[in-house]
Amino acid sequence: MIYEVFRQERKGQPFVHGGSFHAPDQAFADAYAREFYARRQESVALWVVPREQIVEIDEFPDEFDLKYRRVDGYSIKARLAIARERAGSATSPGTDGG
Amino acid sequence: MSDARTAEFLEFVQAGGQVETDDWLPEEYRKRLIKFIEMHGNSELMGVLPERDWILRAPTLQRKLALTAKIQDEVGHCQLIYRVVEDLGKPRAQCLDDLISGKSKFHNVFHYPTRSWGDVGVIAWLVDAAAIISQKALLKCSYAPYARVMKKVCWEESFHILHGRDTVLAMVTGTPEQFELVQEAVTRWWEPLMHFHGTPIPADEDPMLHWRIKSQGNEEARQQFLDGYVPQILELGLELPDPNLRKNEGGLWEYTEPDWEKLTAVVTGHGPASQERLAFRRLSRADVDWVSRVMLPEAA
Ligand SMILES: [Fe+2]
Ligand SMILES: [Fe+2]
Repeated sequence: MIYEVFRQERKGQPFVHGGSFHAPDQAFADAYAREFYARRQESVALWVVPREQIVEIDEFPDEFDLKYRRVDGYSIKARLAIARERAGSATSPGTDGG
Repeated sequence: MSDARTAEFLEFVQAGGQVETDDWLPEEYRKRLIKFIEMHGNSELMGVLPERDWILRAPTLQRKLALTAKIQDEVGHCQLIYRVVEDLGKPRAQCLDDLISGKSKFHNVFHYPTRSWGDVGVIAWLVDAAAIISQKALLKCSYAPYARVMKKVCWEESFHILHGRDTVLAMVTGTPEQFELVQEAVTRWWEPLMHFHGTPIPADEDPMLHWRIKSQGNEEARQQFLDGYVPQILELGLELPDPNLRKNEGGLWEYTEPDWEKLTAVVTGHGPASQERLAFRRLSRADVDWVSRVMLPEAA
């Protein structure tokens, strides 16, 4: 069976994929993971997962153009300028907003 | 149709793009990847044999432990690299079979014998230095799983070089006999080291560069090696066996053209220790076969 290993380098950091190996069962997987990925104290924690247990999703269609969920879905520059003009607080153009 | 797809793929990788195992890969690209990465894995595995000979003969306990740790690293590299090959479609057992039958190759430097403890220092220092230059250039490989593995490999390699340099320093600062052992080893290893990065094929004719499997030409790698290590060798009072070796005004190293036919002969199994090493690998594969059958039923 193939196991995938995710390693954490320091407490508080995300687990990052490290690699994979063959092991006959979880006990061997545990021992191999320690040997392969932590024998120099280069990891503070490991996640060891049978490859077949991992679900990969890699297609994210955006048919409905859901830009309003993101920062790049908004352009406030023009409106901000008008608002400032009305309030009489306009500074030199183009120094603010985006 | 598939040609347009290949062209698109090429354009992507040539612009620095990286691909994953599940992506569509042109057949030629996959074949070249397997062959190249498999040879790298073979070399890690065969590379421990010359060093293994010295575990029991290491001069101190400290050196014995360090050498054993290095060997464990190298076998680990083989394990990681063969996994990359497996995910590309060639099983590990097949890699091992092709290695011992002589169908696939391993790096030229591992076809030579080790004659003294001086060799152990020179190998860990200079052979690993030459290897790390190639491996660092693979960090940008267009095939991302291989590039990721190289990160771990390069990190571990830096200890090997230091262990080698420290071993060499202990000997060159020791007795005249010890100094002589290092000098003799450097002289003997110089030719294989000059062969190591391969023939100086122009970058635009190198298919490995074309597919961005490698990001550095052979001659570029050799120049980098000479630039980094010739001064370090000479400052110890050691001599190199090439009267034409010098850095010209343009900053490039000039050297006597190595015998490239000899390199071809060595890597096709006609090196001084090729057959002995393969025989030993066959023996140990037969010896531990029962372990893999017990441990990995699906690999049997
Ligand atoms: Fe290695
Ligand atoms: Fe190494």
